[in-house]
Amino acid sequence: MSALLDIAGLEVFYGDFQALFGVSMSVPRSGATALVGANGAGKTTLLRAIAGAQPCASGTVSYDGANITAAPPHRRISRGIALVPEGRKLFPSLTVEENIQVGAAAAASDAWPLERIYGAFPLIAKRRRQRASTLSGGEQQAVAIARALAAAPTLLLLDEISLGLAPRVVEELYQTLSGLRSAGATLVIVEQDLRRAMDACDDLVCLLEGRVALAARVADVSRDEVVAAYFGEGRS
Amino acid sequence: MNWVNAVIQGMLLGGQYALIACGLSLAFGVMRIVNLAHGDLAVCGAYLGLVLSSALGVPVWVTLPLLLPAAFAAGVALQLLLLGRALRHGVLAPVLVTFGLSVMIENLLQVAATSDPRGLNAGSLALASFHLGGGITVSWLFLTAFLTACAVLSGLQLALSRTSWGRKVRATADDLDTARLVGIRVRPVFATVAGTAVATAALAGVFIGTIGTFDPLAGTNTLIFAFEAVVIGGIGSLWGTLAGGMALGITQVVVGVVNQSYAVLAVHLLFLAVLTVRPGGLFTSHQAEIGEARGVGALG
Repeated sequence: MSALLDIAGLEVFYGDFQALFGVSMSVPRSGATALVGANGAGKTTLLRAIAGAQPCASGTVSYDGANITAAPPHRRISRGIALVPEGRKLFPSLTVEENIQVGAAAAASDAWPLERIYGAFPLIAKRRRQRASTLSGGEQQAVAIARALAAAPTLLLLDEISLGLAPRVVEELYQTLSGLRSAGATLVIVEQDLRRAMDACDDLVCLLEGRVALAARVADVSRDEVVAAYFGEGRS
Repeated sequence: MNWVNAVIQGMLLGGQYALIACGLSLAFGVMRIVNLAHGDLAVCGAYLGLVLSSALGVPVWVTLPLLLPAAFAAGVALQLLLLGRALRHGVLAPVLVTFGLSVMIENLLQVAATSDPRGLNAGSLALASFHLGGGITVSWLFLTAFLTACAVLSGLQLALSRTSWGRKVRATADDLDTARLVGIRVRPVFATVAGTAVATAALAGVFIGTIGTFDPLAGTNTLIFAFEAVVIGGIGSLWGTLAGGMALGITQVVVGVVNQSYAVLAVHLLFLAVLTVRPGGLFTSHQAEIGEARGVGALG
């Protein structure tokens, strides 16, 4: 079976600054891929490029066999790609429910109606009429994931969902994610905590200064090998 | 009784200011565009009403079903062809573009319509009035303008808070980049907001033209009052804009009772005072002010 997402030779610039240098990777269907690397390695840029929020100078992004390199974000969402952005980025003046409804603006299907979302996140169901800005960090992160789920994604991109959250809350979020995987979703997870990333995922891609330093099955690499790739050791 | 009358007349006048200002408030709240041509677009609406009502030989009210969709379409076209492009080049570009637009509109109107002041045919509403008792007389035209302003603002507020369009508009106002990211198509959102803003401006222009007179240069003065209403009420808040318009209207008429020559000056002084003491606006809650400080629009 072919990969769900194929990225080849991706180059991304912010003005004169180059953030990605010929990044190639592929994401198999119905799995979870961890995207790791030091701060500034280009993880967020790569996710944003996949979601269509960041224009690419060269290279291609293929999804489900179609070239989507030039497609705007709403087209990609309709095809089934949704991003949970770094820092949650909820709409502060909207209620929890409105945030989730806005996420369905270009939904791929109606597979995730509000009731199903509230079923997956019972905590935020109680807060549905509250403004998103009044929630705790963990609740806000759950709303951010719920907003992406409202688009009924096949490929869910998650950018640092555990940032600034208590370990217990992070544990709950990851349990929800494993539920999503069982339901058939493909995940790409950016995670600072290497142990957690390797526990939750089948595949691992490590970025170093805008290039792929390591891409392997999690089962085939040791933690030390990943750490070496993370810090660029072993290169001269 | 003189004072009560002044306050009532001031409130009614304030409704007109709010009607002009609400489009300005909406465009700024959502698109961060300070539209310096807003007043001129209102005057264009008055001229369009003049052309239509003289061509058809009917009071200007009858032409509204033609005039308002035309103004909406003009707003959509303006956004798609001009302002949308200007927005991509930083914050200064839209200011310069709308300033240029303002100068162009005023000069084109002078060429096409001469600088003679004009008035609009308001039909039987023009001079009709009723007595409230105590020597207070209310013009039906002023009352209609006031009630129309309230209806337009309530309608806009409802559309923003209850419809899927309104949700997208508020999300876009909160965070443009994330709105795109979650799949909101921002161009149609901006285009419909601009269309609505110009349609409300044209409607306000029709009231300006029926209540008083207008000429090609009337837009600048109109813009200043609209701006002051928006700032006094708190930027981005529609109810604040209504309250801001009424504060202006009441100040103008009440001071006018004392000395007519200070009436307009008093309005500008009120604006300066509010800007100095509460730059977030008189009628914004503390929380909304924090939102503004973070650069977050507070529509609603």
